[in-house]
Amino acid sequence: MTDRLLKRYSYSITANDFMSAGKGSSAIKSNLKSLGIDANIIRRIAIISYETEINIVIHSFGGKLHCDIYENKIVIISEDTGPGIKDVDMAMTEGFSTATDSVRELGFGAGMGLPNIKKYSDRLEINTGSTGTLIIATIDL
Amino acid sequence: MIIEEIADIVKADVLTNYHKGNTELKYGFASDLMSDVLAYACSEALLITGLNNPQVIRTAEMLDINAVLFVRGKRPCDEVIELAKENSITILATEYTMFNTCGLLVLNGMKGLEIDD
Repeated sequence: MTDRLLKRYSYSITANDFMSAGKGSSAIKSNLKSLGIDANIIRRIAIISYETEINIVIHSFGGKLHCDIYENKIVIISEDTGPGIKDVDMAMTEGFSTATDSVRELGFGAGMGLPNIKKYSDRLEINTGSTGTLIIATIDL
Repeated sequence: MIIEEIADIVKADVLTNYHKGNTELKYGFASDLMSDVLAYACSEALLITGLNNPQVIRTAEMLDINAVLFVRGKRPCDEVIELAKENSITILATEYTMFNTCGLLVLNGMKGLEIDD
């Protein structure tokens, strides 16, 4: 019963579109606010979804960001097409980054994306291969 | 520290102001790395940065940070100001470098954030 999906918000994310990056996470945040979710939980979800959204923009050919609401948890799912993460263990290490200088000039690519996502999630699943990456981050309510 | 005091101390222009009255900003957090801001900052902090792209405002929005101080004479473009207005974020801009800005604010009593994990 507790695993019944109550609502799903989905957004398309375009690769290399740094002006729009964050719009999906912004929409997720306002939707969660309107549902009356606790502010601390919303902040954690916003950080997770924003970091995943930025990752799609930086590293993939484009993808989707979903926010699934259940009675007892909220799940942020990021699915992209792209080259995948070559070394997940390295990518989880704070400070390790494969981002380009132009991405760094925008304030990202400091190697904190996946570590941040892990830090704010209760559970994190990463499935990656040569055609894309699926990230499932769960926050318990 | 209230916005007017901050603006006075670092000779900043107030470009948008949603801090009416005596709303205190308890802490300062300075970084040009938005992922570090996401990792360590909290909603009660003034975000001090030399970056001036829309992602600064998006980062503030995600953390419920409601005041951003741009340093080194960086002037946010109209798009950044509009995004700040949409999110009721106060924006200040100073000519001082980040180091001098932080130094002046600390000398006048602003605290830094402790990184606890």
